[in-house]
This record gives sequence, C-alpha cells and structure tokens, in this order.
Amino acid sequence: MHTQPVIVNIGPHHPSTHGVFRMRLTMDGENILDVEPVIGYLHRGSEKLAEERQYTQVITLTDRMDYVASMTNNQAYVLSCEQLTGITPPDRGMYLRVIAAELQRVVSHLVATGFFLQDLGAFATPLMYAMRERERVLDLFEMLCGARITVSYMRIGGVFQDTPAEFWSALRRVLDEFPAFIDELEGLISENEIVLSRTRGVSVISGADAVNASLTGPVLRASGVSWDLRKAAPYDVYDRVSFDVPLGEQGDNYDRYIIRIHEIRESLKIIEQCVAQIEPGPVRATTAMLFRPPPGESYVPIEAPKGELGFYLVSDGTIAPYRMHVRAPSLINLTLLKQMLVGWKLSDAIVSFGSIDVNMGEVDR
Amino acid sequence: MTTAVSGSDLADALGMRSFGFDGAVTDSDAYAAWVTPEAVLDVCRFLHDDPEQAYDLLSSVTAVDYVEFFDVVYHLTSLSRNASTVLKVRLYGRGALALASVTSVWAGAELQEREIYDLLGVSFTDHPNLKRMLTWEGFQGHPLRRDYLEPPLPYTWPHGG
Repeated sequence: MHTQPVIVNIGPHHPSTHGVFRMRLTMDGENILDVEPVIGYLHRGSEKLAEERQYTQVITLTDRMDYVASMTNNQAYVLSCEQLTGITPPDRGMYLRVIAAELQRVVSHLVATGFFLQDLGAFATPLMYAMRERERVLDLFEMLCGARITVSYMRIGGVFQDTPAEFWSALRRVLDEFPAFIDELEGLISENEIVLSRTRGVSVISGADAVNASLTGPVLRASGVSWDLRKAAPYDVYDRVSFDVPLGEQGDNYDRYIIRIHEIRESLKIIEQCVAQIEPGPVRATTAMLFRPPPGESYVPIEAPKGELGFYLVSDGTIAPYRMHVRAPSLINLTLLKQMLVGWKLSDAIVSFGSIDVNMGEVDR
Repeated sequence: MTTAVSGSDLADALGMRSFGFDGAVTDSDAYAAWVTPEAVLDVCRFLHDDPEQAYDLLSSVTAVDYVEFFDVVYHLTSLSRNASTVLKVRLYGRGALALASVTSVWAGAELQEREIYDLLGVSFTDHPNLKRMLTWEGFQGHPLRRDYLEPPLPYTWPHGG
C-alpha cells in the first residue's frame, strides 16, 4: 500500500514543549523522518531593551530569561559588569552568590527531572514531588530577597543585602533533609524498568558531536566530556570548594537524566562547604550610584544549570550597555535536536526534547 | 583557570601561517584579533584543526552594530588546552552584508548565525538553513540594528499581529 509522510505540528501550546516551542515533525507512521524546530514565540527583545536601560536596571531583565534559574542569570550578568570595571565583591557577597546559585541549580535540575518524567508518562506524581521540594528552596530565596522566581538578588559588586538571621537555620533544615529526598526520588525512578527501557540508548549524542555543536552543561557531560566552567574557569568562590564533576557514559536520555541527580548532590556538597567557610562581613562593594563602566568589552561564561551562560557586554562609556548579547545555553543546546530525533518514534521525541532541559524564556529571550 | 589568549597573541599565532593570501589579520588589541571577511572560514578551520590551537568549542557568535561597520564576534574555547580567545570580522556598510558561514567547522554556529541574520541582517553564505528565527518570515527590518525604528502604531505585520 502506498503511504506518504505526514507533517505533524507539536506545539507551540502543548504540555510537553515546556513553554511555547513548536516542532514540525515529518512522520512516516510513528517514525520521525525530519524535524524542524520553530521558535520565537516568547521573543521579548531583551537584548534591545538592555540597550536603553542602565546597567543596574538590566538585572531585572536577566531574571526573565531563564525564569527557572534566575539566580544564575543574575550572576552571569553581574560578573560580566564587574569584569568591565574591575570591581571585586567582598568575600561574603561571593559566598552568598555561590550559595544562591547552587540552590538555584538544585531547583532547576529538580524541575528538569520532574518534567522529564512527566514527558515519559509518569503523570504528575514525580513532578509534584520535585515541585514540593522546590517550594522549600524558593522559601529560602524569599528570605534572601523577598522574591521567589524573579529574584534580582545579585548586584554589581555583591548581593542585594545580608541574610536575615533565620535564613541559616532554614538553610540547615533544607540541607539536612534534601539528601534523603534525592535518594527517595532516585530510588523511585532510576531502577524503574519502564524508565530504563524508554531512555537507555535513545537519542545518543557522541562526545565529539556534542562539542562540535557547542552543547554545554549536563547535556555535554552526559556524553562523557569533562567540561565544567566551575572547575575550568572558577568564578566567585568556586576555587575554594571541592566537588566532583559527574560524567555520563554514552550520552543517551538516561545519562542526561541521571547526571542531573548526581549534580544536585554535588551542589548540596558545595553549599555545605560555603556554609562552613562563610564569615561575617560586608556583602556588597561600594560602587557608584550610577554605574558607568569605561569603554570596553567583557564576556564571563559561567556554568548555569543548563550550560554555559555568558553576557557579552560592549560598553561605550555611557550608563547603558552599547550592546548586550546573551549566550543562551538553552538555544544552543537545541542545535542537535534533529540528529537526536530522526529515526525515533514520536513518543521518544517528547522524551528526548525533555532530556535537553530547555527553557523557552531563554531560548527566545 | 581558563587562559584568555589576547587578541595580539592570537594575531601572532595566525600570522605564523600563510592562508594562501596575505594580510588575513588586519588588526588586534588586548581583547580580540580582526581578520578579513574573505579569510574567516580558513582561519576558523585552522583554529579548529591545528593541534596547537584546538579551539574545538565555539562558545558564542554574535555581531555588534557600530553604525559605520558591523563586527561579527566569535568567542572560541579550547577544551583540551583550557584556553579561550576572541576573533572578530569587520564588515563595512549597512546594506546586504554577507559572510561565510562557519557551520562546516562548528555545527554549533547554526542557530546563532540564524539569530544574527534575523536580528542584525548579516547573511551567511553556505548556511544550511538561513531564515528568520526569533521574528517571523515577512518581518520588516532587523531589530538589533541601531537605526531600526518600530513602525508607527497602529501597525499590522504580514502574517503577524
């Protein structure tokens, strides 16, 4: 019998597309022949907006890029601003930044894992577990800065303010109770036969392909490439803490999932060390009220939960950036989407897309 | 710690090799080295393949509109050497600008070059899928250019709201 390929649109409004992402799939029955990602539905022109705002005002724009990981967006931006002027924040400010950024990584990886399992068909339960624990970290953020999602916690030269006294006991409780929760979550999933059969060996990316396609973050490390900017180019106080860089073996969907679980554990280790090392002191360097960097350029890549995030800033000596470009890991990690999906079934497409963990706010900016 | 290779060091490294035409490197400063638009693909292939350079990861490609000219900026990283450097290409004029695509060297340039084409209007020859990405087909102008003006309200876009 004669058959012909059918074009199927997934999204932009589809529960498994993590926002407004659209895939145009050319299908032969259940098999994927071609993939075309269509993006731009959430484009807000953040880079253009930054050109007519003061440097300090841009911090709030960065919150709204990867809204699951606002802290690391703040951090990448303020580090780039600090490199422009040569400001060094006080120690306590840098420790608080690392604590906040690692808590944010835990949150982001929990959300990634929860939605990944949702995409696998484990409807709602693991996601709700992950979201429940995420709430507790968001409570900590609320103590730090009053906001839970769009935090704007970091400032050029440090952080917004010192911690309230009750923050440390609340953080202690989270740190004490999280490892058991992570074990519980992993115990539910990692040995699950359905998870293994659906994810093992699916959408394999080789290490060489991953590097060539500029993939970074957990997606790169799942392919066995040891590259973590916290180790390779330590910023803030990452050179004063010790942690491991978990690596995957074959770069399939399972490795991309399990590596995030391991990274959550490493993040908790980093926070423990920061809590032990942090000392009282100022949290913010004295900077001019009107931030006016000298003409120049800066780019400080950091290890955001999704990969290498960096703000390329061009200053012309005025109070607003002449040009700001965001090196968005979510966008660039989509480069190999077609290679990952072609040859697999429609149900695998949803899972493989979920395993990359993109955030549409960052893809479209 | 990642070694930041300065533009002048990069220019020296490039100057030590002939690319079949003279003067591929036009300028350099502490941040970046500039090469001619004609040489960009050869230079990039050299930086990627040469074992002493080995810039295997293309961190970022973007462009900056300086009104008289555009700079296309490549941030390169070498995982094995743990080094990074910045390469730039200067394109004069404001009309239809074109540059060779580096997707054949680094596949990771694909979406980033599409973004530059969309927002800044620099087209890339031999790009596998060069079309608008963040705006839609039929959008007028390139929003990140310094002379971009939003059409007066009320406006209707073709195929858009």
